Amino acid sequence: MESTILKTENLSAYYGEVKVLKSISLSFAENKVTAILGPSGCGKSTFIRCLNRMHELVDGAKVEGRVLLRGQDVYSMESTIVRRKIGMVFQKPNPFPTMSIYDNVIAGYKLNSIKLKKTEADEIVEGSLKKAALWNEVKNYLHKKGTFLSGGQQQRLCIARALAMKPEVLLLDEPTSALDPKATAKIEELMEELKKTVTIVLVTHNIGQASRISDYTAFLYLGELVEFGPTQKVFTVPRDKRTEEYLIGKFG
Amino acid sequence: MKGIRLRILKDRAFKFAIYLLSLLSLTPLFLIMFYTFRKGLKAINLQFLTHLPKPVGVEGGGISNAIVGTFLLVTIASAISIPIGVWAGIYLSENKRSWISEFLRITVDILQAIPSIVIGIIAYLWVVKPMGRFSALSGGIALAIMMLPIVVRNTEEVLRLIPPYLKEASLALGVPYHRTIIKVIIPAGIPGIVSGILLGISRIAGETAPLLFTAFGNQFMNWNIMKPVNALPLLIFNYAMSPYDEWKRLAWGASVVLILLVLAGNIISRMVAKKWKVQF
Repeated sequence: MESTILKTENLSAYYGEVKVLKSISLSFAENKVTAILGPSGCGKSTFIRCLNRMHELVDGAKVEGRVLLRGQDVYSMESTIVRRKIGMVFQKPNPFPTMSIYDNVIAGYKLNSIKLKKTEADEIVEGSLKKAALWNEVKNYLHKKGTFLSGGQQQRLCIARALAMKPEVLLLDEPTSALDPKATAKIEELMEELKKTVTIVLVTHNIGQASRISDYTAFLYLGELVEFGPTQKVFTVPRDKRTEEYLIGKFG
Repeated sequence: MKGIRLRILKDRAFKFAIYLLSLLSLTPLFLIMFYTFRKGLKAINLQFLTHLPKPVGVEGGGISNAIVGTFLLVTIASAISIPIGVWAGIYLSENKRSWISEFLRITVDILQAIPSIVIGIIAYLWVVKPMGRFSALSGGIALAIMMLPIVVRNTEEVLRLIPPYLKEASLALGVPYHRTIIKVIIPAGIPGIVSGILLGISRIAGETAPLLFTAFGNQFMNWNIMKPVNALPLLIFNYAMSPYDEWKRLAWGASVVLILLVLAGNIISRMVAKKWKVQF
């Protein structure tokens, strides 16, 4: 039986007076990839930003309902702790421009002033870069700036940076939408490997991507959870008409 | 065909006008530099830089006290305006639309527009009068008020250009807000902030009016910030109006030193911005 690691209960989100998420209840299975699928503007990004409390950083943003990480409500935890346990990778690769590749990977420790021994730091850097399938490409340039890498490499560096904090859940917000097909393939391949150690929530508007790599798919439309189930089921026998129409390309 | 020829002609005339006007805008600077250097360069030698002014009628003498004074004044002004200005700039870029920001922005803009002589008088009333004497400190405070708006607005502009996703990256790693500002946002903006500070310094180094009732001037060497000091612009002001050729010579020399200082400030500021440029 799969265990649930992360769960939302009647989660609603607002920007000012505008309600962008309507009472969403979803469970995320441990060590699986769950894809949040839907057309632009359906609230996918807002949804995962609620999971690690990034949504509240926007002026006028508000959240109702609960998000439970292993049964504990993240909104009653310290937001910085939540974000260390639930890592995030963004649409646009965003390595720290002032830091070397090495420092970028352990940025979560450095910026939080968590002391690491040199050997510990070396281990975390090598381990995280290997997990992100970037080690072989950068092992000789660890002390060069991260911004000199290609877009795909930068994105894997950001994944390594998130993994270095040893998160329980990794949120990927359209991680490949700014990348070329080759780099995209590499990151998709990587996710297969990553889910052995971390639960992945993947936001995408790429239907193919969701079908290729996710175990579960949630289809969001206009802030509503339309359908949720095992990816194969959602893709082959969707229960809702809107899901079907989106999957066959009638809209979106 | 005729239409096209006319257009080409217009095009040429327009280009010519642009070149001519840009050349015209360059001429004042070059004329000033040429004239000042011709008059002042020959006054400059080691003695000029390291000695005190001599009494009337005595040959030689230098402007070391004015150099030290300007150095003291700029240091005091920087020590006051940089911390306040940088923090205010951070506040403005972080809270773009709060009413405090709007108010602060207007205030700073108005402060920048206040005539420097008025700032000098204010510093006289606030610092010199209560202290009972002219001092480098009061001059430094007057200059700090002049430098503050430059630092504030420049810091704000620079930090605004930093892409918001950098802040997100840091916050998403569980880094608290204040650490994100100090360790991510400021380091990314440091080249621009420093170059703005240097511009501010070269701007105030040549100010005369705020010093007339504050730093006042001093014939002697003084390192005590509680006492009056001389400054390059003050020395130029006083000596250029004197009837003595020897003093006029010193004033020209001091002008060259001041221009070189301001020039260096500008050039270094550009180099800093370029060399440390952060590639996003």
